[in-house]
Amino acid sequence: MTMECVNPEGLRFNQMRSSSHQTLETRMRPILMKGHERPLTFLRYNRDGDLLFSCAKDHTPTLWLAHNGERLGTYRGHNGAVWCCDVSRDSSRLITGSADQTAKLWDVKSGKQLFTFNFGSSARSVDFSVGDHLAVITTDHFMGVSSAIHVKRIAEDPQDQVADSVLVLQSPDGKKKINRAVWGPLNQTIVSGGEDAVIRIWDTETGKLLKQSDEQVGHKEAITSLCKAADDSHFLTGSHDKTAKLWDMRSLTLIKSYTTVVPVNAVAMSPLLNHVVLGGGQDASTVTTTDHRAGKFEAKFYDTILEEEIGGVKGHFGPINALAFNPDGKSFSSGGEDGYVRLHHFDSNYFNIRI
Amino acid sequence: MAAVVDIDALSAQLGVNWSEVNLDSIQLPPGNNFGIESDDEAVYHDDQSEFDTGFGNIIVVDHLPVVPKEKFEKLEGVLKKIYNQLGVIKENGLWMPVDPDTKMTLGYCFIEFNTPQEAQNAKEKSHGYKLDKTHIFAVNMFDDFDRLMNVREEWEPPQARPYVPGENLQKWLTDEKARDQLVIRSGPDTEVYWNDARQKKPEPVHKRPYWTESYVQWSPLGTYLVTLHKQGAAVWGGADTFTRLMRYQHSMVKLVDFSPGERYLVTYHSQEPSNPRDASKVEIKVFDVRTGRMMRDFKGSADEFSIGGPGGVAGASWPVFRWAGGKDDKYFAKLSKNTISVYETETFSLIDKKSMKVDNVVDICWSPTDSILSLFVPEQGGGNQPAKVALVQIPSKVELRQKNLFSVSECKMYWQSSGEYLAVKVDRYTKTKKSTYSGFELFRIKERDIPIEVLELDNKNDKIIAFAWEPKGHRFAVIHGDQPRPDVSFYSMKTAQNTGRVSKLATLKAKQANALFWSPTGKYIILAGLKGFNGQLEFFNVDELETMATAEHFMATDIEWDPTGRYVATAVTSVHEMENGFTIWSFNGNLVYRILKDHFFQLAWRPRPPSFLTAEKEEEIAKNLKKYSKKYEAEDQDVSLLLSEQDREKRRALKEEWEKWVMQWKSLHEEEKLARQNLRDGEVSDVEEDEYEAKEVEFEDLIDVTEEIVQESM
Repeated sequence: MTMECVNPEGLRFNQMRSSSHQTLETRMRPILMKGHERPLTFLRYNRDGDLLFSCAKDHTPTLWLAHNGERLGTYRGHNGAVWCCDVSRDSSRLITGSADQTAKLWDVKSGKQLFTFNFGSSARSVDFSVGDHLAVITTDHFMGVSSAIHVKRIAEDPQDQVADSVLVLQSPDGKKKINRAVWGPLNQTIVSGGEDAVIRIWDTETGKLLKQSDEQVGHKEAITSLCKAADDSHFLTGSHDKTAKLWDMRSLTLIKSYTTVVPVNAVAMSPLLNHVVLGGGQDASTVTTTDHRAGKFEAKFYDTILEEEIGGVKGHFGPINALAFNPDGKSFSSGGEDGYVRLHHFDSNYFNIRI
Repeated sequence: MAAVVDIDALSAQLGVNWSEVNLDSIQLPPGNNFGIESDDEAVYHDDQSEFDTGFGNIIVVDHLPVVPKEKFEKLEGVLKKIYNQLGVIKENGLWMPVDPDTKMTLGYCFIEFNTPQEAQNAKEKSHGYKLDKTHIFAVNMFDDFDRLMNVREEWEPPQARPYVPGENLQKWLTDEKARDQLVIRSGPDTEVYWNDARQKKPEPVHKRPYWTESYVQWSPLGTYLVTLHKQGAAVWGGADTFTRLMRYQHSMVKLVDFSPGERYLVTYHSQEPSNPRDASKVEIKVFDVRTGRMMRDFKGSADEFSIGGPGGVAGASWPVFRWAGGKDDKYFAKLSKNTISVYETETFSLIDKKSMKVDNVVDICWSPTDSILSLFVPEQGGGNQPAKVALVQIPSKVELRQKNLFSVSECKMYWQSSGEYLAVKVDRYTKTKKSTYSGFELFRIKERDIPIEVLELDNKNDKIIAFAWEPKGHRFAVIHGDQPRPDVSFYSMKTAQNTGRVSKLATLKAKQANALFWSPTGKYIILAGLKGFNGQLEFFNVDELETMATAEHFMATDIEWDPTGRYVATAVTSVHEMENGFTIWSFNGNLVYRILKDHFFQLAWRPRPPSFLTAEKEEEIAKNLKKYSKKYEAEDQDVSLLLSEQDREKRRALKEEWEKWVMQWKSLHEEEKLARQNLRDGEVSDVEEDEYEAKEVEFEDLIDVTEEIVQESM
């Protein structure tokens, strides 16, 4: 068991309003979860918000208790970095995508492997549909295989599970990774974003490309992360162009844009308040000074509506690769290149922020 | 489109058939443009300036001996020998024409070199070469011949051009809100802004992509903005927008410098030598800013223009010419080996037609207000001849004061901005000669006989990291001691009794600072920790000796006060990859606003000319400041009220817009409820917890009702 509490590393909320420039500090003790040996890649809460799944470049996705960071167990079987995971609505099934060219279905409780989907290349992202009968899996390009989006039917009984894809979608530029694909409202669409900086909406019925983001307003560099609202109405994308953008999921209208100073690797939206969180940081190889502040490894909070920065949570010693809000909106966790998961429970000050 | 229709209508009316008209056949009579100005004027000029016949590498050597056929080869041999030393002659590059009748040479020849530079060099070096008593070479560039031949025989009186009233170049000073301007360069863009501190944002004045090819610079009084281009430099200014006022042709110009009264512009270009052992070629031109006329040019190798050490390949140290203080722009000086050349601008020639010989001089410095030159000569002969600091009056070249200094390793001279004091930082060797320690020699220029006072720090061994005079004041600040936490001391040239003694005001211990930035009005200073200190800023009031604020602009590389001392800009330029941009602070350390710009290269406040108010008047205003400030405070309040009103309005609009989205999402979510339920195999619950709970309550009610029915039936 490796769980420890560290010295209060503050959650700093500064208000930079027009006239007075005051600093409002709230102290909260993050729980530092040290279970991975390699950089974190993805974090996912279950619907009830009591379990937290973490994926990292080591080969074992890990399950934690979301309220105190106790490690419940690991899912052993992958043979490469695990990029992404999703958990079914009833918290019984877990799906993971890995660089070992497989996506695996797991029994959450027992940790048993139920099924393995084999691909010719790394499985970059996974997402269960509404109803958990379908899963969308994106694969990278590799050795002449172009990157693609696969839709698999998930059988009720693992015995009946088949490997065949229901639908395969090819991105126009097969040489660019598709970093994330998620289901749209009522499973009618799939929304994808990746290295070509374009967001695409696909029809799941016909496999046709319905919409793609406008070059003018869209991202200028690789899209690294995509997170959707609980009601599938809108979604947030983070990009290396140092912005995050909020889109309407049905019309692909750009609603908001948040600008920060570092490439964005991870984004999350608060289910409770009108807050969005951006995580990222200068790529470790381009950090020029020894000062950890230089890299800006901070989770930045923005007001969703006003697009203004509210504050930031420091603590990681490397770029933030993963962010997730607890569905109750009262805590969030961040995973970094430094191999740590930091679990933050907000204190009352957070809920009284006025800007 | 409307215009074309109008034209058609008109032509129909006049009975003109456009199809029969050949537009190319229409020509304006020469000399009359009917008021239509050619829009390719700029192109035309640029072409002219780059006009090149391609014969730039050919020279013409005249005044050669006229020789018969027999001696032809011998002469050719001699010429080849001479010119091969000066450059590489192309194969068959020497052509000496021969009179076809007499078979005698004509007394001149053409020599083609590999490069124009070699030709230029050969021309300069061999012009006036004495082959023998009667044959002195006259050498010209081939290209120059055309020009020289084209000189008209008759003199034509220059046409008087009609007077065009110029724009008010000082209009920016009459800004109603008394704001200052600043120029920034980021990416390809150069932008000029008003610093609107009330609105907490900069207001754009002018923006141009690719305005300059290297950097921009304000003239010392702020009238002009100079840009650098391949063809030369240009100055911009004007009443409302920036228009080009003048161009100065100097191809591949690298650096520019204005005289302090902005009458003259000095441009610099250096050419790397073809042979790495040679020094760079340097060309410097002095222009009259207003007329654009070149007043003088200087050419030579970098060694001739470098001060102290050799110029080498890198070129000379800038500025080569140092301008004497004051607005008159009367003198400028150049330092070279063992000589100081002082020129005056009336004739652009040396004062008294000769340079001053000062053996081994390494540094010169003008007083900012008077024509007094301070110079430093280091120790000679292994310490037998002491080092010397001297003050020389120009143009009389009289030595006003000098001081000999012993066991000196280095000296640096700092003039106070109103020319009242000169501080000389002297680094001396300790007895063992293994280390150095520093002290100051303070000259009081305006007092009789120029008394000198020696100042040593409390701890003699402290290293001096920075020194700065208070502008127009009598105080100075010194950062001394060891990194990373040096001390900062303040001294005054006056004591409390107002006697002429230097006194220490205070020492601040262990500060994170390595640079000093006085406000241009004095009194306030920023102790800045740049580079290694990551941009620590301490805003300090020297009158009260108290810290007003401390702040940090992380990674800040540059700090510049606005010319009025009200605001100060800190910037992170593109030496860092991250966080490029600038921040504006008030003089007392309040953050006013912050602008982020990728690839941020340069920020410069537009200087203001000195105030016309007398010192007494300024003092009076300072005394009655309350009276004046009332009006401005009221204005400030109005603006801030308006701002918060606008801000509220904007927030309300944003909220409304967001609410609209949320409403739309909610209704759509509601519409799709059934479909979603089907997808979830009939599971009723939706994501919203409260909705879930509400149904539970209904269900309980239902149970109650059924129970009652059961009871009744019983």
